[in-house]
Amino acid sequence: MTASVDAKKEGGFLAGLIKSGAHQKLLAFASLIMLLIGFSLGSPNFMQMSNMIAILQATSVIGVLAIGVTLIIITGGIDLSIGTMMTFCAVICGVFLTYWGLPLPVGVVAGIGAGAFCGFCSGTFVAKMKIPPFIATLGMMLILKGLSLVISGTRPIYFNDTPGFDKISRGSLIGEVIPGLPIPNGVLILFLVAIGVAYVLSRTVLGRYTYALGSNEEAVRLSGVNADRWKIAIYTFAGAICGIAGVLIASRLNSAQPALGLGYELEAIAAVVIGGTSLAGGRGTILGTLIGALIMSVLTNGLRVMSVAQEWQTVATGAIIILAVYADMSRKK
Amino acid sequence: MDKIVEMIGVDKGFPGVQALKDARLELYKGEVHALMGENGAGKSTLMKVLSGIYKKDAGEILIRGKPEEPVGPREAQALGIGIIHQELSLMMDLSAAQNIFIGREPRLSFGRIDDAEMNRKAATLFSSMHLDLDPQTVVGDLTIAKQQMIEISKALSFNSEVLIMDEPTAALNDAEIADLFNIINKLKANGVGIVYISHKMDELKRIADRVTVMRDGQYVGTVDAKETPVDQIIAMMVGRKVQHDPLVVPEISDVPVALEVRGLNRGKEIRDVSFKLHRGEVLGFAGLMGAGRTEVARAIFGADPLDAGEVFVGGEKRHITSPHDAVKAGIGYLSEDRKRYGLAITMDVAANTAMPNLENFTSQLGVLNESEIDTATQEMVDKLNIRTPSIHQEVRLLSGGNQQKIVVGKWLLRDCDIFIFDEPTRGIDVGAKAEIYRLIEDLTARGKAVIMISSELPEVMRLSHRILVMCEGRVTGILPGGEGTTQEDIMTLATQRDTNQQNAGYIQ
Repeated sequence: MTASVDAKKEGGFLAGLIKSGAHQKLLAFASLIMLLIGFSLGSPNFMQMSNMIAILQATSVIGVLAIGVTLIIITGGIDLSIGTMMTFCAVICGVFLTYWGLPLPVGVVAGIGAGAFCGFCSGTFVAKMKIPPFIATLGMMLILKGLSLVISGTRPIYFNDTPGFDKISRGSLIGEVIPGLPIPNGVLILFLVAIGVAYVLSRTVLGRYTYALGSNEEAVRLSGVNADRWKIAIYTFAGAICGIAGVLIASRLNSAQPALGLGYELEAIAAVVIGGTSLAGGRGTILGTLIGALIMSVLTNGLRVMSVAQEWQTVATGAIIILAVYADMSRKK
Repeated sequence: MDKIVEMIGVDKGFPGVQALKDARLELYKGEVHALMGENGAGKSTLMKVLSGIYKKDAGEILIRGKPEEPVGPREAQALGIGIIHQELSLMMDLSAAQNIFIGREPRLSFGRIDDAEMNRKAATLFSSMHLDLDPQTVVGDLTIAKQQMIEISKALSFNSEVLIMDEPTAALNDAEIADLFNIINKLKANGVGIVYISHKMDELKRIADRVTVMRDGQYVGTVDAKETPVDQIIAMMVGRKVQHDPLVVPEISDVPVALEVRGLNRGKEIRDVSFKLHRGEVLGFAGLMGAGRTEVARAIFGADPLDAGEVFVGGEKRHITSPHDAVKAGIGYLSEDRKRYGLAITMDVAANTAMPNLENFTSQLGVLNESEIDTATQEMVDKLNIRTPSIHQEVRLLSGGNQQKIVVGKWLLRDCDIFIFDEPTRGIDVGAKAEIYRLIEDLTARGKAVIMISSELPEVMRLSHRILVMCEGRVTGILPGGEGTTQEDIMTLATQRDTNQQNAGYIQ
């Protein structure tokens, strides 16, 4: 009898491990390590500190975007508007700082707030008006792309009059403390966002409902939960994260480029998928997404360091997406 | 008689659960063999091994005396084994014929499908089953009973010699069950061996030849169905005797009304439904399939809209337009279709139990108190005797009865005043049924009000203090519970169709 109880306990633990997605993260993590090893064998320049930092810096914007859209994807939805939403937030930042000359923190808050507002709109379309997320956010994608161009008059907005704005992404707080480790603030922000959102997902009501909505929305509704309101909250939260990405990219380029943004959403979604989050909803982790985003930028960077033509880099990225999802699927069988 | 299937010493384990251990079954040609046992006893698992859905860890399967190991449902079909699952697996947007011949459609040249031939074959199949059905009907438009008949036709179209039916009558009314039994008897006469999984004892007596009982994944014994007393079979299933006390109907006329419903209306589904539910009372909802009982429950709960009607909770008029409003008013609803409406099956037991209650387990910043959730869940698991390796087991890995108990648990934890149970014991075994009954009795003893919808008359009569009967969306009568009311009384009201329109109305 005792033996069977022990066996049951062990089963619970194992099941817990599987549920926490440790397997899938392990797989993605192993691929990341393999890529790192492969490229460092292929090129001596790859493993240098400056290149590693370049990879992290390149990951920061896509990484933050991917974290935001992970939330939406876990609810069983999709957000195609995050690329142009990011640009829209950058443009709003420019309007507040360059056009109106307001102080830097106001501009940052405005950028993030713009994202939250856009997310709120998408969430309302999806939850209240019952428009499928794919369509609702496709519409938002075009609306925001257009608005960015209209507001900026199709010209880039530069932040030269706001000293310190570029430091948000390009400065290095860590480098000031530890001189040998000039990790840019953009990367620091990426990790802070990741930790924050991972906490929200695993420890708060918002996170619990994010998974629950993706798992069985009707059951959530019939449990007396105001499912629509929570869904809007999740889209709003994801929008705010997208706003952070907008501030980051504006700071990195020291300008808001209104024509930029389209295509970022697909890269971010790819990172989420490589990280093992199910497009069917209900499952996914921030750690997975982070690893997924790193895999994509390591791949792009590594191929470039090895002088592979950019066209082929794109082909390789596509192949990786298919391979990653295939590996995940066959593991589940 | 010829043995068509023999399973010996079959083992099957899943992470954390040994589902089968030395399980056995033998099936003769032309026999209806009932497979019985409590939830999680391993009946469905054993049948999934036989039909090639699961791979056994050990043991032997002999089909017509030859050792076989079906891998996948396709191979099992080739061996003449067909299975009709508890959850129907039909494509709702395709026609009946398209469903039956999916993957093996008759072809014309250039890969075009010969629809005419397909429909003709389906029609032949239906007429052999005495089933009046147009092969071109879209399956989603049919009743569950008809959908089930299509599943059976599909299994028969493979010329199956072995047919496994997993709780085929769970969603059927009496007339439909009679139809099903006719078909089963015909199949029997043709030499088909049928494995019949059910929890309903009366069916067992009516249809089965032999019974094999399983408990905790193990073989308990095989007995003759007609000669063995029901008590003995139940004792074999639960390993002890289950007894129940006679129903005591409390005096409720002085007790305050917990819920009053006046003039609910929606199209043809709900027609002028009014009733009162007292505290501490079990009000049974009886009626045939499609009588509108579930529709009324969902409407009260705010899950579906209403055209007209008023709902009073504790004497106070409440405007309920969503389940959120209903839960705030203290109403909990346990859906008949727990997988679709009751549970997030990819989440664990704790997450599901806490679902309606999260606000009680969170700080003001919305941070969850996991340890409190775990403690409360563990208490509920112990109280309801939910069999799970851990409260962090995913719900989809548990048996139907245990899943149902989790749905009960989540509303108990919420501490509602009014519980609406919609088919609470569907797909649940005798032992767990008794536990659910006791639970309902406990609830009313504590002053909670209960509406219980059930298609099983013995269940309605066993628990209800009053019985509200519906037919075609109307309340056709409210009968007193207890000895005085017979099944015939209920059936008379349940079939009292609306012949003259002005007669439809409030009958107290």
